[in-house]
Amino acid sequence: MERLTATEERRRAVWRALDRVTDPELDDPITDMGFVDGIEIAGGSVEVAFRLPTYWCSPNFAYLMAEDIRREVEALPWVEQARVCLQDHMFADKVNEGVNDGTGFDASFGDMASGDDLSALRAKFEVKAFQRRQESVLLHLRAAGCTDAEIAAMTLAAFDLADFGEGEAAAQKPRYREMLLAKGLAREGADLAFRTWEGAPLTPAGMADYLGTLRQVRINMEFNGALCRRLKSTRYKEAELGEDGPGLVDFMLGRVPGQTPPACI
Amino acid sequence: MYKTPDGKEIFVIDGHIHFWDGSPENQRNVHGKQFIDCFYAYHTALSPKEQLWEKAKFEKYSEDDLYRDLFVDGPDDMAIVQSTYLKDFYKNGFNTLERNAAVAERFPDRFIVNGSFDPRDGEKALEYIHFMKETYDIKGVKMYTAEWNGSSKGWRLDDPDAYRCFELCEKLGIRNIHVHKGPTILPLNKDAFDVHDVDNAATDFQGLNWIVEHCGLPRLDDFCWIAVQETNVYGGLAVALPFIHSRPRYFAEVISELLFWVGEDNLLFGSDYAIWTPQWLVEKFWAFELPEDIREERGVDLTPAVKEKILGLNAARIYDVDVEAKRSALASTPVTLAAE
Repeated sequence: MERLTATEERRRAVWRALDRVTDPELDDPITDMGFVDGIEIAGGSVEVAFRLPTYWCSPNFAYLMAEDIRREVEALPWVEQARVCLQDHMFADKVNEGVNDGTGFDASFGDMASGDDLSALRAKFEVKAFQRRQESVLLHLRAAGCTDAEIAAMTLAAFDLADFGEGEAAAQKPRYREMLLAKGLAREGADLAFRTWEGAPLTPAGMADYLGTLRQVRINMEFNGALCRRLKSTRYKEAELGEDGPGLVDFMLGRVPGQTPPACI
Repeated sequence: MYKTPDGKEIFVIDGHIHFWDGSPENQRNVHGKQFIDCFYAYHTALSPKEQLWEKAKFEKYSEDDLYRDLFVDGPDDMAIVQSTYLKDFYKNGFNTLERNAAVAERFPDRFIVNGSFDPRDGEKALEYIHFMKETYDIKGVKMYTAEWNGSSKGWRLDDPDAYRCFELCEKLGIRNIHVHKGPTILPLNKDAFDVHDVDNAATDFQGLNWIVEHCGLPRLDDFCWIAVQETNVYGGLAVALPFIHSRPRYFAEVISELLFWVGEDNLLFGSDYAIWTPQWLVEKFWAFELPEDIREERGVDLTPAVKEKILGLNAARIYDVDVEAKRSALASTPVTLAAE
């Protein structure tokens, strides 16, 4: 098997870091959505090019993604500086300058912003992401025959042992757990595995209504997700893999970034 | 009309169509190009392959194309043609009231032409509402809260300027307010699909019907909550409906939520022509049945009677269309372009 060169290893590390960046509306990784268009590495400097399904995609969401890209990539120990390069967007320059120079959303957008640097928006989408992940694992448990009483009483330890198969629920299991712990809703094995975002335990009697609420959250997010994926593949006629690609790293990760982008700013 | 496989004739009002000019000659700037490109992406993303148009036709289609696609090859009996000015993007506007009224005049009985105004124009907006009523006798308007106007990149239905306009609409009998709730630009750091301004406006103007186009998707939860409390709030199915082809189970979930919360009397069919054409949408909608688990989960059903309401009877009610009289009138008019 071919050995990874140092650069390829770094590219792979950047891709993994980008897996942690999600489209805030969809809670899907930008790498899965095909938003990442290219990665340039020069020593400790990394530039990540990304693009969105339409020219009109909300600049606030673009900004959140750009900030997260920079943060996640700069968290890699060998990275000294990460830059983003949003392309083909009505506010590409503002987003790129704002994130790369650390100006912040409000300063970048001036009168068009309303003054909290996107923190309220970020918090709102955090709740939705939690709910979507939670619904997926809840539905799986129900389909597997757990009663609502058993689900309500399930501990984190039991959750960890539960088999979620290989589909969507299996993919959401660690993602749900991560948010559960990060929010402090559960800390150790004996703690309940399921609570609302506000911290209330789920009850067997309230389970059906609660799942109804979560379903609406998912319907909204799926609408965006399905539309975004289709619009994106329409806008950028996705290139078939030629002889020159994909690179080893893409092959290993099952992903194919686009052509190297033009220099951004 | 749409003739069902077992021969029943269904009266169809297409609640949301456009007659636009997005051609390069009419584009004022890059935004005009990107706007029609985005529409074209919706078209290609969600249409069945055999329904795809060439880009040039999509950018600018003729009156004949419009008539043929809706009424000759298509199932529509009537269509509500919405006005969207976008004069910051297009030299002569995208689809103005004048352009729409001209095609309506050529094909009488077929079109309900809705106007549009921008409350940020202040007194001029009020004057324009008077003008539209006197000149075209409009019964509805299309509100595009995300439209740019000078330095403003959007407005809300519950802004004071907007309320003055709606008071005038109510006084003049312009009762149907279609609201585009899709992607908006400002304020940039807010949830850009917010529908809460509909709640306030619908509460304060009980005499007006508020038709939320695209059902506020992707804010269906907020929209449903508002619609369940306000009987004068309606959902337009444009954009939600094409999912019936690409993701039928997902469409079933959406329509079930809408039937449960918004109700079968408050949903309106709309093709969003020319983004999509009505024939395939109506055919698939009529043939569509809710999967059993979804039907039981929400306790709703999409029966033929419900479909008939959504396809035309609901819109006929709020636009004062006498369905039987209209059927007779249309039956005596040959559905053809050769008459020209």
